[in-house]
Amino acid sequence: MTERVPVLKIGDVLLVSIQVDLEDQIVLDLQEDLAARIVESGARGVVIDITAVEIVDSFVGRMLATTAAISRMLDAETVVVGMRPAVAITLVELGLSLGGVRTALSLEKGLDMLARPGDDRPAQR
Amino acid sequence: MAGQEVSSRLVELLTAKDEQLASAWVEAVSRTLRGRMSLAELERELRELYTALVDGLRKGAFDWQGDAYAELRALLAELSRSRARQGFTPTETATSVLACKDILAPTTDTPSDDIHAYLHLGKLMDALALFTLEVYAKTREEIISAQSEQLMELSTPVVKLWEGVVAVPLVGTLDSARTQVVMEKLLQALVDVDADQAIIDITGVPAVDTEVAQHLLKTVVAARLMGAECIISGIRPQIAQTIVALGIQFGDIVTKASLADALKHALRRGGADVTTSGGQA
Repeated sequence: MTERVPVLKIGDVLLVSIQVDLEDQIVLDLQEDLAARIVESGARGVVIDITAVEIVDSFVGRMLATTAAISRMLDAETVVVGMRPAVAITLVELGLSLGGVRTALSLEKGLDMLARPGDDRPAQR
Repeated sequence: MAGQEVSSRLVELLTAKDEQLASAWVEAVSRTLRGRMSLAELERELRELYTALVDGLRKGAFDWQGDAYAELRALLAELSRSRARQGFTPTETATSVLACKDILAPTTDTPSDDIHAYLHLGKLMDALALFTLEVYAKTREEIISAQSEQLMELSTPVVKLWEGVVAVPLVGTLDSARTQVVMEKLLQALVDVDADQAIIDITGVPAVDTEVAQHLLKTVVAARLMGAECIISGIRPQIAQTIVALGIQFGDIVTKASLADALKHALRRGGADVTTSGGQA
């Protein structure tokens, strides 16, 4: 049994904070859990916090995009927050631009962004 | 005469009049350096070398790469490095070592055995001089690479223009290595300053080709992944023409002619009201 990434609920937003090394099985489990939780809780938004993630591969990059697509199908907006510079560079070098995934610098800004639906711009103070 | 005997004869010759020979060496070298080094310093350096040389000859014969010469090699390397840093020419550096040959140069009344020993010493000194030059070249290379690294650091400052807005004024030609540094610094600045607007100003970039454009696009995409928006500013008329002629698509990336326009755009996007003193936006 591999460890699972917890999916936390704050108001009508689900928060996924990834604190472990992303192995393929963990990622697949997470996708399943997240989809189930969105349906169960009727969440309006999902924030995936990858501040602690130092290494990504193309699989993880694709998973972020797929997760966002799945959430959108279930009417929940996904925001990926806290991506490190090194991770961003890796994804660009891999040719993954995560089209369709919204991003924010910090968890705070990500939550702020979800609180203002329809606004495509990053949150501002 | 075997190598061992030759070296012991040399040791004899060198120690017999060591004071006098070392002084002659110092004198010969100081003439080539033309007063750019204090005599006391030079004397200390060469005396140490002299002692180490005699020591090496006594213990290790002519095997200058062996352990017996470790001290001499270390001293030579040190001498060579300091000469390279102080800007002495290779000739001046090598002469410091080669001058030692001259002071022992045989005269007409030198016995033939001694001439033989002298030839051996000459070979040894040549090898040591080459070693010195090698260290000299290596030091120079180190200096050059350190400088180019410094230049790279210097030429890519990331400045905070406003709350939540950072800018990178790029000056000089962009190549892959530099763009990498720019990209890393910009992304790190986004995190440090907590900025979600970045302006890349290319006023100082002399030419934009497909490669440079590719690098710029990559940087913008990476910044977007982190949740920041990029604006490219400072596009000069010729550059705009080149970009269009090359068929480079900047897609939905905002481009502005001047840094001022870009800042205005960034502030507006950030929700701030921008008015000039006349009250016009």
